[in-house]
Amino acid sequence: MLNNLFNRLRGGIHPPDQKQMSAEQPITLMPFADRLILPLSQHIGTPAHPVVKVGDKVLGGQLLAEPDGHFSLPVHAPTSGVVIAFEDHRVPHPSNLTAPCLILAVDGDHLTLEQEGFDNFEQVSKQELLNKIRGCGIAGMGGAGFPTDAKLKPRSNKAIETLIINGMECEPYITADDRLMREHADDVVTGARILAYLLDYPKRCVIAVEDNKPEAVAMLRLAAAGSQVEVAEFPTKYPSGSEKQLIQLVTGKKLPTGKLPSDIGVMVQNITTTVGVYRAIIQGKPMGARVTTVTGKAIARPGNYKVLMGTPVAHLLKETGYDESKSSRLILGGPMMGFTITDAQVPIIKTSNCVLAPSLEEFPDPPVPQACIRCGKCAQVCPMQLLPQQLYWYARSRDQEKLQRYHLFDCIECGSCAYACTSNIPLVHYFRAAKGDIRTRQQQQQAAASAKLRHEKRVARKEALQAERDAKRKPRPKPDQAMDKNTEPGKIIASTTETIES
Amino acid sequence: MTLINISSPHVASDGDAGSMMRLVLLATLPGLLMLTYWFGWGSLINIIWAVLLALVFETLSLLLRGRPVGFYLKDYSAVLTGVLLGLALPPLAPWWVTLVGVGFAIIIAKHFFGGLGHNPFNPAMVGYVVLLISFPVEMTSWVAPRDLVDGQPALLSFSESFFQIFPVLTQPLVDGYTMATALDLFKQHQGDLIHQSVGVRAAFGYFGAAGWEWVNLGYLVGGLFLLYRRVFTWHAPLGMLGALLLLSLIFHGLLNIDSIGSPLFHWFSGATMLGAFFIITDPVTSATSLKGRLLYGIAIGSLIFVIRSWGNYPDAVAFSVLLMNFAAPFLDYYTQPRSFGQAAIYARKEKD
Repeated sequence: MLNNLFNRLRGGIHPPDQKQMSAEQPITLMPFADRLILPLSQHIGTPAHPVVKVGDKVLGGQLLAEPDGHFSLPVHAPTSGVVIAFEDHRVPHPSNLTAPCLILAVDGDHLTLEQEGFDNFEQVSKQELLNKIRGCGIAGMGGAGFPTDAKLKPRSNKAIETLIINGMECEPYITADDRLMREHADDVVTGARILAYLLDYPKRCVIAVEDNKPEAVAMLRLAAAGSQVEVAEFPTKYPSGSEKQLIQLVTGKKLPTGKLPSDIGVMVQNITTTVGVYRAIIQGKPMGARVTTVTGKAIARPGNYKVLMGTPVAHLLKETGYDESKSSRLILGGPMMGFTITDAQVPIIKTSNCVLAPSLEEFPDPPVPQACIRCGKCAQVCPMQLLPQQLYWYARSRDQEKLQRYHLFDCIECGSCAYACTSNIPLVHYFRAAKGDIRTRQQQQQAAASAKLRHEKRVARKEALQAERDAKRKPRPKPDQAMDKNTEPGKIIASTTETIES
Repeated sequence: MTLINISSPHVASDGDAGSMMRLVLLATLPGLLMLTYWFGWGSLINIIWAVLLALVFETLSLLLRGRPVGFYLKDYSAVLTGVLLGLALPPLAPWWVTLVGVGFAIIIAKHFFGGLGHNPFNPAMVGYVVLLISFPVEMTSWVAPRDLVDGQPALLSFSESFFQIFPVLTQPLVDGYTMATALDLFKQHQGDLIHQSVGVRAAFGYFGAAGWEWVNLGYLVGGLFLLYRRVFTWHAPLGMLGALLLLSLIFHGLLNIDSIGSPLFHWFSGATMLGAFFIITDPVTSATSLKGRLLYGIAIGSLIFVIRSWGNYPDAVAFSVLLMNFAAPFLDYYTQPRSFGQAAIYARKEKD
């Protein structure tokens, strides 16, 4: 406890958490949709290669696409059905991008393949377990969807000393992890133990939970009794579930910019990922479904639903009594960091922890921004101790050098500054745009640099060629010899055109 | 319904610039109440007149600049400027003094620089200093606080005060009710020993200055309310009051220079509390980093003490604030906090 006092989170906010709308609803199975849309790359890395054809009947758990490369993961059928198409479809993305997807017509029988797990994982080699995790397509369910097996393979020489299972769920509204911890505490703890085994038993293995989830903490403590896994409560404050902030809360270490947690001997895994690892190893089951919170005042029956991967958001809305006339927007994720979607046909993917359909009273249209009065609240709440107000001025004046000097790229886009802003300025929006501009410019500079290099090489090549030719041409033919039949007119013409070209 | 694209975060805290300004306005009430009780209706009339003028000048400026008038009037910043200047003016200042001050504050100090959020100097203080330099007689004619000496005429009634400020039908009344404030006396009697000046003169009241000590208490109450509502942080007020306390303790207490004035005298006379909680906490013109704000407050407190003790003007809040407004960006530049995951600045320098 004393430790917590010193490691408290600097900055941060206390938005109304609104979790009561769905927190008491047990996880229930969402009825299957007719059609599942399975993106072939629902994680970073290259898209997976399909191993089935249109018209194939597939069973639940059957491999549909094989990974292509280290950061690619396989795709499995969430349930039985028929592959009806491969096509580009809108996927959950802030920019409404489309991506190649496999469309599966669900037959409703839910026939699944027999799956084999490992009863006693500690007797199995780590590589075999990692292969199983990879084979089951487990990815980080918290944010970026990074393949879990790749994350578990140590890249730096430093051993992992602290394993943190992130059950903070600090975003308002979302209760998916809360329910998972309450109802599957044993699975979470076993998953944590598997991860600990894979990481050569770190000194500490901590399940971190915010203190607004006392039931989850109680269940986890019960499940963790007698094991090495410790359950720690932290004060509720947004964004204490952010990776860097959580590492500081648990270990007191501040992750230096540009370093990975593994560089300082820490690894953070999400609750849903941990349960995914448990299911992959103990039950042999691939990631076919996940718990998603469907909530908001435009939803008649908010709750936590076990949803098949690829289920269109529209299907969830229909099943939970979504009132279109009340709704102000549709958000994937929470109110602080989630993004709006403009097409309800996008599918649920591994990272979709929440579908939020707020009413207009709940989330009215954003007010017109007023002038910045330099009140400094943004800097006081910034968990990264940045100066959002200075960044805002520089973003407006497109001063990219200053933006980088004020550490724009340390911004985690948690939204605390924009939440606290007295003048309702959409600060995060400015920062995202500025980051995009800087990245674009860097890409352009790189492209320009490589074009320059290419050009210089071409010039050098041509000069060399010319020099070679000149060398060959020396003893120049005398004028009378030039008319000789032995000379090749074509070659002379070619070299002339070459000269003209250059 | 058409689904719309809105950037996160999707929620925001309650309140906006307008609600913040309204809170500040509310917090001036105890001070205004005390001013009215001790010095008559003049301040209230001044404030109403100043707010009216502020709204007119704000509207005019916005129209000239081609900005939406209703939207900007709703931020209440012009009203606040009017109120703060009105509070600072002598209670029976003629109407044209207020007109010039408010006009200067709103048009030149605020809109010439780009309106709310862009003005480097506190508009109310700019207005005040312009008046103090241009019309020293009008600006130093303070009404004597009530019941100060035996046989003193009662404070003017509301209508008398009104016609004193707006001499429409009558000539202005003879200026028989004004007197030097405690700070003026203090300035004029600097060679005197303490028992000659402070102790015997009724103008110095119970612990600060007659009337003024209550007005300052009123501002202190309002300021603590704003602090409690987190309208601003404690850094600047504490810095300023702390510096005043420390310096007066050293010179008055430790070095025993009586004519410098006691800490209580410095805290509870003149515009000290108004400055500490309503002027230097203006976010636009102060430093923004917390460390910067502390330094900003300390510098202002020290300047006030220096000018009051050794300068030519009796009160010094306005001058000190304007001087430090200059320095605010500089303070911010050198008090940047160390951001998460970055090496300390000295470590970075060593690496370079």
